[in-house]
Amino acid sequence: MKNKILPFSVIIIFGIIFFIFYKGLEDSKIYTPDFYTNKEIPEFNTKEFFSGENMKSSSIFDLDKIYLLNIWSSWCVPCRQEHPFLMSLNTDNKVNIIGMNYKDNLKSGKKFLKELGNPYKEIFIDLDGTIAIEWGAYGVPESFLIYNNEIIKKYIGPLNQQSIDEINLLIK
Amino acid sequence: MKVLRFFLILILFLPLNLNAEENDKRNKITKNLRCLICQGQSVYDSDSEFANSLKIVVDKKLEEGLSEDQIYEYFKTKYGEWILYDPVLNKNTYILWLLPLLIFLVGGAIIYKSFIVKK
Repeated sequence: MKNKILPFSVIIIFGIIFFIFYKGLEDSKIYTPDFYTNKEIPEFNTKEFFSGENMKSSSIFDLDKIYLLNIWSSWCVPCRQEHPFLMSLNTDNKVNIIGMNYKDNLKSGKKFLKELGNPYKEIFIDLDGTIAIEWGAYGVPESFLIYNNEIIKKYIGPLNQQSIDEINLLIK
Repeated sequence: MKVLRFFLILILFLPLNLNAEENDKRNKITKNLRCLICQGQSVYDSDSEFANSLKIVVDKKLEEGLSEDQIYEYFKTKYGEWILYDPVLNKNTYILWLLPLLIFLVGGAIIYKSFIVKK
């Protein structure tokens, strides 16, 4: 009897470990963050992109309006890729696109907009990336759909036709 | 002269020491935060844009007088629990916490049975 307990418990332990690791195999290896939807937007002080004047977040976002906050930078290659989609969204005028210029050289930023067009209603700057952290952002590009000072949807990475279609559907 | 020298040294090193303490705290906090866009690196280890901004935020929060736990809580509300290296005991993590204990107990029982009782 004694001799049987040992192999039996060893088998059970290995069985449990095998089960756990097997379960682990099914999980996605890529971390996808939780979407904290309906989360209030943060308050922050910043500067306007063109004039350099101080501005508060409360002066940018009004209630009852739909905003798309887009984090962009002139050095970010995927931002170039998503820019035409932002321009096409701007033509509808249903949504106010706000730009957050992330860790950028202002001169290159302005050149970027001159070259590709300016879809933004307003742009503010985030020189050290701390405002992006307040928003819970990971980097550039990233976009937040905002209504009534709440984040409805978050898009990590460049926007594409699919996300533009989704935004159009959401703001209908 | 000796007293003067002592005070000079003290004055020279005092602010440095204060800074070092602050730095230690900042390093400890950033070591416990996961760099979410890197693979297997803490914020402390990483030099990515994300990690560098996070370090600035940690400094700012420390200047504001927030405690270590309050800073962790702040990042948890922004990025979720994944940003913390030390997972909290809940329904997703209980196996993680209890399995080592279970293995330890079973292993101890086996050792006890096969070596101590036999003797």
